[in-house]
Formats: sequence, structure tokens, C-alpha cells
Amino acid sequence: MLRYALKRLVVAAPTLFVIITVSFFLIRVAPGGPFDLIPNIDPAAAENLRKAYDLDKPLLEQYGNYLAKLARGDLGPSLAYRDRNVAELIAEGLPVSAQLGLTAILLGLFGGMLCGIAAALRKNSAADFTVMAIAMAGVAIPTFVTAPLLTLFFGLHLGWLPISGWSNGQFTHIILPVVALALPAMAGIARITRGSMLESLSADHVRTARAKGLPEWKVVVRHALRPACMPVVSYLGPAIAGAMTGSVVIETIFGLPGIGRAFVEGALNRDYSLILGIVIVYATLIILLNLLADMIYGWLDPRVRPQ
Amino acid sequence: MTPPSAASGETAAGGGAPDPQGRSLWQDAITRFRGHRAAMASTWVLGAIALLAILVPEFWPNSLDDVNWDYLESPPTTDNLLWFGTDVNGRDMFSRTFHGARISLAIGVLTTLVALIIGVAYGAIAGYRGGLPGDLMMRLVDVLYSLPALFFVIILVTVFGNSFLLIFLCIGAVEWLTLARIVRGQTLSIKEKEYVQSARAAGLSTPAILLKYIVPNAIGPVIAYVTLLIPINIIVESYLSFLGLGVQEPYTSWGRLISQGADEIGNAPWLLIIPASFLAVTLFCFNFIGDGLRDALDPKDRSR
Repeated sequence: MLRYALKRLVVAAPTLFVIITVSFFLIRVAPGGPFDLIPNIDPAAAENLRKAYDLDKPLLEQYGNYLAKLARGDLGPSLAYRDRNVAELIAEGLPVSAQLGLTAILLGLFGGMLCGIAAALRKNSAADFTVMAIAMAGVAIPTFVTAPLLTLFFGLHLGWLPISGWSNGQFTHIILPVVALALPAMAGIARITRGSMLESLSADHVRTARAKGLPEWKVVVRHALRPACMPVVSYLGPAIAGAMTGSVVIETIFGLPGIGRAFVEGALNRDYSLILGIVIVYATLIILLNLLADMIYGWLDPRVRPQ
Repeated sequence: MTPPSAASGETAAGGGAPDPQGRSLWQDAITRFRGHRAAMASTWVLGAIALLAILVPEFWPNSLDDVNWDYLESPPTTDNLLWFGTDVNGRDMFSRTFHGARISLAIGVLTTLVALIIGVAYGAIAGYRGGLPGDLMMRLVDVLYSLPALFFVIILVTVFGNSFLLIFLCIGAVEWLTLARIVRGQTLSIKEKEYVQSARAAGLSTPAILLKYIVPNAIGPVIAYVTLLIPINIIVESYLSFLGLGVQEPYTSWGRLISQGADEIGNAPWLLIIPASFLAVTLFCFNFIGDGLRDALDPKDRSR
């Protein structure tokens, strides 16, 4: 298992390298620079700024410097926040985003599986149809619609929850963003769990388990659930990617100080080094989380376990 | 002519009834598609939205940016034909919703077209060429896959600016990966077929073989995926517009309208709910049509 993980990490390194390279050159070949947005800037001053940030050097030299610094964990200075560097900005935002994202993924996973199992056990009942209808809506309606609707209802109409801000991750502040972010994953996982549970509930080994007189909960939890988990685990990869995309929007809507919002602000300010740094962080996270999902898959299904 | 009873269900399309005249694959597919109720209903709904998106901006008396001073942020009313109410600036939401429809649909279709061209060409070449270059081409696709498309689109839009044409190109330039995979898979099996070998033996050039034999035969699953890619691209554009990186004033799109509606959600919920409903209905329609097309174009899968 450990060898498999190491092997996958070795494969992941070039992937990350290609992403860094592609992103770097995409950003640097752009016409216009980050300082074009400063109103009425003196051309000489702009030239000096470019010099100060090494943007006047040949592209390949810049690239080499960037990689050398990156290897030391230095992501360069931010172009928009003049006295900050990118690593600091990311270090500030990442805990917020991680807390938001991980809570949402866990809620989506467990909430979705519970709904899916419940729907499968009561197939074609009113509860089943309700869960599946909500799940269908959850898959099709993007987060930037559900988030304001949740805010309207729970924040403004009922007045139960604060509608924006982070307050150091206080529980009440985190509920609405986490729920809004978890909904698409929860909906997708509920649908998949329902389908695979229905399949495994009619499998031979489950019939055998019932025939030997096991209590129903044991049949469901011990025998039906384990094979039904497999498609859910393989959906985790896309769900994680979806949550990362969603977090950009959710952090912007709720005004949370995470890296998703920093990414959007960086894009609006043309803060190239910040964008590049955040893309690298996101790519690394996605690769690592996918690796984790694959390892869980191997743990659940011995057939795909590498020898 | 097919008798009406034969067109009513999938069993008839399965080839149960004896048919004296041969039917082409496409006629078969159309019959099967017609039997798919949700897909047919979606086609009509989508057609209606598209028609309104074409007609309303041209002929509606209240234009996109006319200000109705007596009706600032008015809820839906029959006065002055303000059926969907007005926004903060007193602009007619009916007109704005269908202007937005026009742009969202156009972006959905055109970006998909860009993605289609890139993806089909890339996949067909990678599959037909095969070997190390083909493998390398697909490895690049795998690598690009590892980052969600929205991030690349945001980089592209940041770097190249968010003019109209560039948004089309940027989204299309990112969303072709799955298409390339589908087409490559198809090409790998098609290129072993006898008709391709005979074309090669007859001395046809590689581009001609690709265009005449490979691409037309690989297109079935591509069409089904394309109807699913259009709503994905509409959402990507909405994300961009929502974040302020998409289409800019005076133009509007559903994403922009939803973003403006979200700001006013406490005072004027209809500003969010109306464009969001149109967006959701459109997404549902494309998904149903995609399902219908997949069933219709993939006879092997008909048993489901």
C-alpha cells in the first residue's frame, strides 16, 4: 500500500510540474501587464515597477528563477498587495478554505450516503421521491443560486444564522457556507448511493445474509453497504474538484477570507503571482486528495489493491 | 412512412415490426428520440426559450436599458408590460432576462463549438497517429484534467481580458478535454475497420481519411456529449459573470442577472428567482435532451 502511494506520488510530480509550467507561460505571454490597471501611470514608473519585479528579464530566465524559488517554498511577492508576499497571503487564507472545504466534503459524503441509503431502503416511497427530487435539483442548480436562496431563508427570513463573515470559524458563521458548498456533492452522492445500494441489496450475498437470519441493520451495514460504497468513493475525486470550484464562489458570496476569494480578487487585480501561487496550491491539493480517494478505494476493494 | 403505432414506443424502435423499406441509422435514431417523452418535452421548452431569446430583444417595447423612473425595483406587475418586475435601476426584467438568455445560450453553443473543433481534431489525430506521440498527447489531456476547468478559464480570462469573443475562446479552449478522450477512443477502434484500410490502400491522404471516414463515424457519442457540454459551458460562463469576470455592461447574461439579484435578495427576491429559474429549466432541458440522444444514438445500449 505504501509502495503504491509512493509510486503514485512519483507520477504526480510531473503532473504538477506540467501544470505549473502551463500556468506560468499562460500568465506571462499575456499582452499587457499587472501595472496597466493603475490609473494614469507614468510609462517610466511602470517600467521601473516591471524591473523591480523582474518582469523585464527574458521569459526563460524568469521561469528558471520562479522554479528555483518555488523549490524553497517562495512564491514571490504579490503584485497587488505591495508589501506582502504570496506565501503569506496563502498561509492566511488556506486554513479558512481547508476548514470550509473539508467540512463540506464530509457533510456531503455522510449526508449524501445517509439520504441515499434511506431512499434505497424505502424504494418508490414518498421519502424516496422527495430525496431524489431534491438531489436532482441539487445536481442541476449551481451553488451561486442556492447560496443566496439559503441566505434569504435562514439568514434574513428566519434570522437564525449570520449571512456573511467568518469570525474565526465560529460555528454559526460556518453553517450556511458549508451547507451551500456541500449540497451539490451531497446530491450527487445520494443519487449514486441509492443506485448502488439498490443493486447490492438484491445481490446474492445479501440474500444469503438475510436467509441466515441476521437482523436487518446488520444486513444493511455489514453486507450491503460495503460494495455499495465503491462507486461513491470513485465519485469523491470529481466531488473534491467540484467543492474547490464551488469554494471560489462560496467564499466570494459569504465574504470569507479564504484562498478562493483571494484567487478571484487576484484575477480582478491581475495579481499574476498570487493567481499562479493559488493554482499551484489547488493543483497540489487535488492531486493529493485524489490519491487519498484511490487508496480508500483499494482499502475497500481488495481486487484493485496493488500487489 | 412509419405507422403511428410504431413511433409510440421504444419496443417498436427496437426492430420488432417488420419493415419493408430499409431505414437509415439516423431515421432510427430520430424515431427513438421521439419516443423519449422527457427529451421531446425539453426540446419544445428549450425551443420556446430560444425563440423568446431571439424575438424579445428585437420587438419588446421596453428595451434592455430603458429606465422606468416610476417603477424602481418594482415586483412583477402588468403595468407597462413589466411582467417580471424591474431591477434597482428600474430596467425591465422581462427584457433583461431574455437578453441574458440570448447571451447565455449563444455562449453555451459557441463555446461548445470551439471545444468541439479542438476536441475532435485533437482526439482523432491522437487516436489515428497512435504510438508515442498519440500517448503523449493523451498524457497532456490527463494532466490538464487534474485541475478544474474553472481555474484555467479564470487564468485565461484574467490574462487575455474578458471581451466577448475571448470568453468564447477561453471556455472552449478549456472544455475540450473530455471530447478528445471520447473521439480518441472511437478512433482507435474505427481505424482498424476495413473501410479505413481500403481508403488507405487507395492512397487517400491522412487528413482526408480523418475527415471522411474517422470523424463521421465517431460522431454519435460526441453528439450526445455535446448536449451535455452546452449546459456545463453555460454554467462556467455564469460562474465567471457571477464573479465579475464574465460579460460586462451593457451586455448581460443569466449569471450576471443572478449576481445582481443575489445582491438585492432581501428587497427584491424576484431579481434572483426569475433568471435562476430560467437557468435551471434550461440546464434540465439540455440534460434530458442529452439523455434522449444518448439512448437514441447508441443502439447497443437500448435495453435500459
